[in-house]
Amino acid sequence: MIDKIFSNLTRFSALLILVIVAWIFVELYNQSLEAINAFGFDFITKDEWAPNVDKFGAYAAIFGSVASTFLAMLFAIPIAIGVAIFLSEIAHDKIKGFFGVSVELLAAIPSVIYGMWGLFYFVPIIRDLFGGMGIGLLSAGIVLSIMILPFMAAVTRDAMNTTPDILKESAYALGGTQWDVIKDVIIPYARAGIIGSIILALGRAIGETMAVTFVMGNVHHTPSAITDPTTSIPVTLANEFAEADSSLYFSSLFELALLLLAMSFVVIAIAKFYFLRKERRGV
Amino acid sequence: MTAVQKRVLINKIVLGLSTLSAIIAIAFLFWILGVLVMKGVGALNWDIFIFEGSPPGYAESGLKHALVGQLILVSLATFIGVPFGILAGTYLSEYGKNSKLAHAIRDISDIMMSAPSIVIGAFVYAIVVMPMGHFSAWAGAIALAIIMIPIILRTTDDMLQLVPGTLREAAFALGAPKYKVIMDVVYRGAKAGILTGVLLGIARVGGETAPLLFTSFNDNFFTTDLNEAMPSLTVTMFNYAISPYEDWQQLGWAAAFILSMFILGLNIVGRLILFAGKRK
Repeated sequence: MIDKIFSNLTRFSALLILVIVAWIFVELYNQSLEAINAFGFDFITKDEWAPNVDKFGAYAAIFGSVASTFLAMLFAIPIAIGVAIFLSEIAHDKIKGFFGVSVELLAAIPSVIYGMWGLFYFVPIIRDLFGGMGIGLLSAGIVLSIMILPFMAAVTRDAMNTTPDILKESAYALGGTQWDVIKDVIIPYARAGIIGSIILALGRAIGETMAVTFVMGNVHHTPSAITDPTTSIPVTLANEFAEADSSLYFSSLFELALLLLAMSFVVIAIAKFYFLRKERRGV
Repeated sequence: MTAVQKRVLINKIVLGLSTLSAIIAIAFLFWILGVLVMKGVGALNWDIFIFEGSPPGYAESGLKHALVGQLILVSLATFIGVPFGILAGTYLSEYGKNSKLAHAIRDISDIMMSAPSIVIGAFVYAIVVMPMGHFSAWAGAIALAIIMIPIILRTTDDMLQLVPGTLREAAFALGAPKYKVIMDVVYRGAKAGILTGVLLGIARVGGETAPLLFTSFNDNFFTTDLNEAMPSLTVTMFNYAISPYEDWQQLGWAAAFILSMFILGLNIVGRLILFAGKRK
């Protein structure tokens, strides 16, 4: 009797997570119906965002999300791979330990603090170097890249570490340099894991809100230069959700949320199931 | 230059570049941590814990409202999220095991762990704030709980699976019903691991800002009413940091420092418990 209750309780809790996820999609879709009916595809192709006349086109926000994520990946990927190589092939154990702790430290810092640091310390540098306001796409991309770097480096290192030592030793025995071993043994062996890690970091970067909200500007305007202030989906949501005053405005914001969720869901699913599946099941 | 010399040279260049990227990464780390510690410690004083928020320029201003609000929100989220997370993890490890359903739940919760937290905020706005008609601590706590559940579910699942099957069989052989085996044998064996998962889950949601922006919203004054908007450290930090007032910005850095120490502490304690549990 108690046995039945307990097992049903656990089953109910487990199913709850599926229900919540489905519910999130359905609810966001229902809430965005008004905007979908009003604008159709114009919502994602027009960049006129004018709450005063109830006109909403999210092109600038979508573009900002994609562009800032792209910039972040551009900066973060080479450095993360460099760090991963350093950690798995070059560093001594002590340095590895120190680095491991540092990565944990960075992961413990809430993203809102990256944003504050970016606003007060990094934006002025960009302003001095490139002119303009300093707040904009470039700052957002760089702050975002710093934010995802530790995660990306850590998972890339883990992927590289799965290479069996015996393969590496065989290559060294043939006279390979460390670089030969890295490029001809480790990278081919861990390729799926490395790509998966990078895509997973990308999935997180798209949805990251607080680190970029400070430094992006929230201007609904497709930028013509990389230092122009612009906006992204999460930045728009963070700035405008609590202030929206018409039902169409709300509906448009919900449609943005739905788009964001769909984008990151697809990206994360690709990373997890296409590239990282093998390793997980292998354990 | 011979082929060998060339390979050795390329090797040195690549290793040099790789070391350089590690140095760049570490430099940014120390820059951010340095700013956080210098600014945060510089802004700390007892007033922060005694006074609540005030208009800018007021001497008697502090963060009491946000500290208490943060504690309330996170505790409430923990009370909602932890039981569901542990029970769901139990289902995966003890009942579902390798079934299709169990794998689907694992996959979905893995995705949810990386899903944008601001979207969760929008969802809770639609299901809680809109029907209620106003922001509330409940809404904030529910948003945090939704983020917490997948984390606790996965760690519980992993930790329960580490308990040897022979222990379960021994208990079954004594005639214990399944729920008793789980409660008295499996949970006891995985106690340290489950606790670590809970602490890491709390640490994760403790730093969340985005899902609170339009659920628990914010308030510059002390409140314990769960049906009203409630201040949190993270949202307060955000509002103070983007304000043009220097004393508010100072308080923002103090909040950043206190929150980071809290989250770091949870992470360290969580890992220590796991470590101690493993050694036994």
